[in-house]
Amino acid sequence: MDNSENILELRHVRKKYKGFVLDDISLDLPKGYILGLIGPNGAGKTTTIKILMNMVKRDGGEIQLFGLDPKTNAKRIKNKVGYLGEEQHYYGNKTVAWTGQFVSTFYDDWDTNAFQSLLTNFEISRTKKTRELSKGMKVRFSLALALSHHPELLILDEPTAGLDPVIRREVLELLRKKSKNEGKSVIISSHITDDIMRTADLVAFLIQGKIALISEKDELLSNWKRIHYKKGALDSAIVGSLTRRKDHAFGSSGVTDRYVEIKDSLVQGITEGVIKIENVNLDDILISLVKGV
Amino acid sequence: MENLFIVVSPLNPDPMYKQITDQIKEAIASGGLQPEAKLPSIREMARELEISEITIKRAYSDLENGGFIITRSGLGSYVADINREKLRKEKWMEIKKDILKICKTAEKFEISPRELIALVRKIKESSDG
Repeated sequence: MDNSENILELRHVRKKYKGFVLDDISLDLPKGYILGLIGPNGAGKTTTIKILMNMVKRDGGEIQLFGLDPKTNAKRIKNKVGYLGEEQHYYGNKTVAWTGQFVSTFYDDWDTNAFQSLLTNFEISRTKKTRELSKGMKVRFSLALALSHHPELLILDEPTAGLDPVIRREVLELLRKKSKNEGKSVIISSHITDDIMRTADLVAFLIQGKIALISEKDELLSNWKRIHYKKGALDSAIVGSLTRRKDHAFGSSGVTDRYVEIKDSLVQGITEGVIKIENVNLDDILISLVKGV
Repeated sequence: MENLFIVVSPLNPDPMYKQITDQIKEAIASGGLQPEAKLPSIREMARELEISEITIKRAYSDLENGGFIITRSGLGSYVADINREKLRKEKWMEIKKDILKICKTAEKFEISPRELIALVRKIKESSDG
């Protein structure tokens, strides 16, 4: 990856709370890429995002967001970032239109036309009070607010939590479009790995405050496979390297994280039908990383 | 049951019962399962593969309807002995489809049928050692 293209660089970022440490987080996000943050609850996804948004102060490490440190350039950065937090709080008695007007005052580049057309696309009534919005409507409304100053980077913390599949898919497709058609970069955290599977180009697994693995999604999926084998058909060194092993009466299996490397040695077994390869999903990878065996 | 190797995956585009029937048919065709060999009970297969008994039942009844296995009440299911020709015919159709696909790919890269046939011979010879 070309260094000059990175819109975000984290180096050894640390944050310590009582009973929780975010430890040595380093990652790069190139322009136009979607980074998916996956991890169990409490792994540090929200803390990482809040550090980027300068809502939490880091204890150490370096951050360059558009070449700036969020600690000292919060205002400039906020104009380039669209943020959607885990929960959205608005003045319940105020209307959608009023809230839009209110939020617009925080941004230099607020585009009222863009906001209006997003409301129309999302079928949100301007005269509705924000407390009358359903969960799905509220997320769409928040997205409209987050997008109307044409941010270069979108940061979304669990944007699909509690949404029905139709709206979920719609949100994810919108992100894809923003990234691929308009060159926007996106950071999305989710514990629904399917969301990440559908949207992300890069995947970072955050486990107990550490990045356990970060990789391009395609590379990840070509390297991680479940190998099913008839007893005795697989080299014992390979068997020993597998995680999440299963044995049953009709075969054994386990997960490898270096399929591309060992592929050639499996060809014979595969043609003879005594070795079969199964794709894994991000859940499988997450569980392997969490459990380690 | 030493010879039975079955993999069922929800990520496979084929439905689970078909994945099972295909693999049992293959085992019969290759001789891994001989005529009169006893198949695992539905319950055992379901438990070992961690899938529902309904799915296994569906697979077994398809195999039975196709004449590949016989179920003797109270005893279990056994491989029928009349079906090698049938398996051959079924596979023939599949191989035809596969070859057609290969031919289409070859055409795109201007590889002639003659070259393909030579390639088949060469691969077969080298795999036979």
